[in-house]
Amino acid sequence: MSEIHFREMASKSWLNFLIFLCGSAIGFVLCSQLLSILLGEQGDTQPKILHNDPHAGHSDDNGQNHLEGQMNFNADASQHKDENTDIAENLYQKVKILCWVMTGPQNLEKKAKHVKATWAQRCNKVLFMSSEENKDFPAVGLKTREGRDQLYWKTIKAFHYVHDHYLEDADWFLKADDDTYVILDNLRWLLSKHNPEEPIYFGRRFKPYVKQGYMSGGAGYVLSKEALKRFVDAFKTEKCTHSSSIEDLALGRCMEIINVEAGDSRDTTGKETFHPFVPEHHLIKGYLPRTFWYWNYNYYPPVEMQNF
Amino acid sequence: MLSESSSFLKGVMLGSIFCALITMLGHVRIGYGNRMFHHEHHHLQAPNKEDILKISENERMELSKSFRVYCIILVKPKDVSLWAAVKETWTKHCDKAEFFSSENVKVFESVNMETDDMWLMMRKAYKYAFDKYRDQYNWFFLARPSTFAIIENLKYFLLKKDPSQPFYLGHTVKSGDLEYVNVEGGIVLSIESMKRLNSLLSVPEKCPEQGGMIWKISEDKQLAVCLKYAGVFAENAEDSEGKDVFNTKSVGLFIKEAMTNQPNLVVQGCCSDMAVTFNGLTPNQMHVMMYGVYRLRAFGHIFNDALVFLPPNGSDND
Repeated sequence: MSEIHFREMASKSWLNFLIFLCGSAIGFVLCSQLLSILLGEQGDTQPKILHNDPHAGHSDDNGQNHLEGQMNFNADASQHKDENTDIAENLYQKVKILCWVMTGPQNLEKKAKHVKATWAQRCNKVLFMSSEENKDFPAVGLKTREGRDQLYWKTIKAFHYVHDHYLEDADWFLKADDDTYVILDNLRWLLSKHNPEEPIYFGRRFKPYVKQGYMSGGAGYVLSKEALKRFVDAFKTEKCTHSSSIEDLALGRCMEIINVEAGDSRDTTGKETFHPFVPEHHLIKGYLPRTFWYWNYNYYPPVEMQNF
Repeated sequence: MLSESSSFLKGVMLGSIFCALITMLGHVRIGYGNRMFHHEHHHLQAPNKEDILKISENERMELSKSFRVYCIILVKPKDVSLWAAVKETWTKHCDKAEFFSSENVKVFESVNMETDDMWLMMRKAYKYAFDKYRDQYNWFFLARPSTFAIIENLKYFLLKKDPSQPFYLGHTVKSGDLEYVNVEGGIVLSIESMKRLNSLLSVPEKCPEQGGMIWKISEDKQLAVCLKYAGVFAENAEDSEGKDVFNTKSVGLFIKEAMTNQPNLVVQGCCSDMAVTFNGLTPNQMHVMMYGVYRLRAFGHIFNDALVFLPPNGSDND
């Protein structure tokens, strides 16, 4: 009786010991994983999603790279003491650009804030267009709803607002998204060769659907003062209406109707200057598959990237 | 049942405690801690523009030509995509760049180190480079393929430094008594340091092939120990504002940290304007960096550089 009991005890304690070992191994592994995560550096890249449909949106990244804190990039005034910015300053005075940024209440802190802290500082005037007013940001309330299908409405109202309040404050009127980065100095260089009284607009020119082509919404586009005047006028005379919810295409159609020319924004070597995607997509050969819609949309033939 | 679950729990606890102990013993805390230890480091600064302008134009040309940098990149077959990116991008700006691999890889040319051990690879690479190129190059830059380097900024940093002096530069870290250059930020050795290092490589008491008794000591620490015996000490490279010029983090990470820690001074908090290295980049990011550093320009901004470092002849780059 006691022998059986003893054997039972022995096997039980053997089992216990095994379980103990298992536990310690698991504990060790879990702990080392935890520590390596805590102490290691976080890699950050997530490849950007390719848009299957040119008119589909970039899905809102749900706080993937959510950067905290208010930024002040303008504090860099002292850094480049050897930098000569005379030419850039000159152009700033000569080519006045009003930038309006398409955004929404949920993106003010997430995205628009960073636009405001960085490139938007180089606009002669910048406005943030949202469906509802925000006095603190500040953002203009267009009194629309939010959503992809509202984009053309917002665009129409935004341009009307700019026309009604700021027409004389600028020569050129740029529309950009809150996930677009604009190098204003280079835009001024492009526009300096044109007259704001010309009926013309610039951006990344796409060829389908509209005879003279239309400008990609994502890459940003800029209207001359005359183009803006004609655009607003067209809605008064009903030459243009809210014909569709596809913002860039609808705007492009209207531009053609009112005889505003779709300009060529390429540089002197024929390379594009407005880009609908992030730099990686454009720089890496073969990143965008040959079957991607993009290659059939470009108005101008692509120029091969040179090696560095 | 109860006794089993309790022994399991006891096991888990013991395992985690053991693991934590080992990690604490073997792990050096790299990161914010560094800023506090700064005053104990040896700092080395970049030259001042005013000093450079005092030198005549011709002398400056001669000076810029006198810097010959040989780049050693230690790679392993698993690094092949980074290897490809690095090969096509910044290494073209070295006067000569060679890849030292743990084993032969079909796709790319490399010098076969025939070992998987990083310290052994490093030793062999340094010996190879010194034996073959001691007369042709005066500075030797070692990096991993996850690092992005701007060789022109490296040359500018080294401008007033005499290669016949023992220089050992990069992003330094203090580990107890030892100050060493973190391999992830890139390691710079002058020809004099190479000479001294190579004379000691054959002395196993000073420069053992297997340092560390229980756990392996990282190769960058082993290098520091070896160099210390030769009288060569690590120095942290900084710009005129005290910012590190060799970085073990990527730009993205710096920006993220600057935004949380110094939201009003993102630029000041971020990185040096004359940074030489960043680490932790993906292959695609390397291409974006090349575009940003060498091609993209804001029209109308003119930077009056006192010196120009031209790329090597026939190197097929900017």
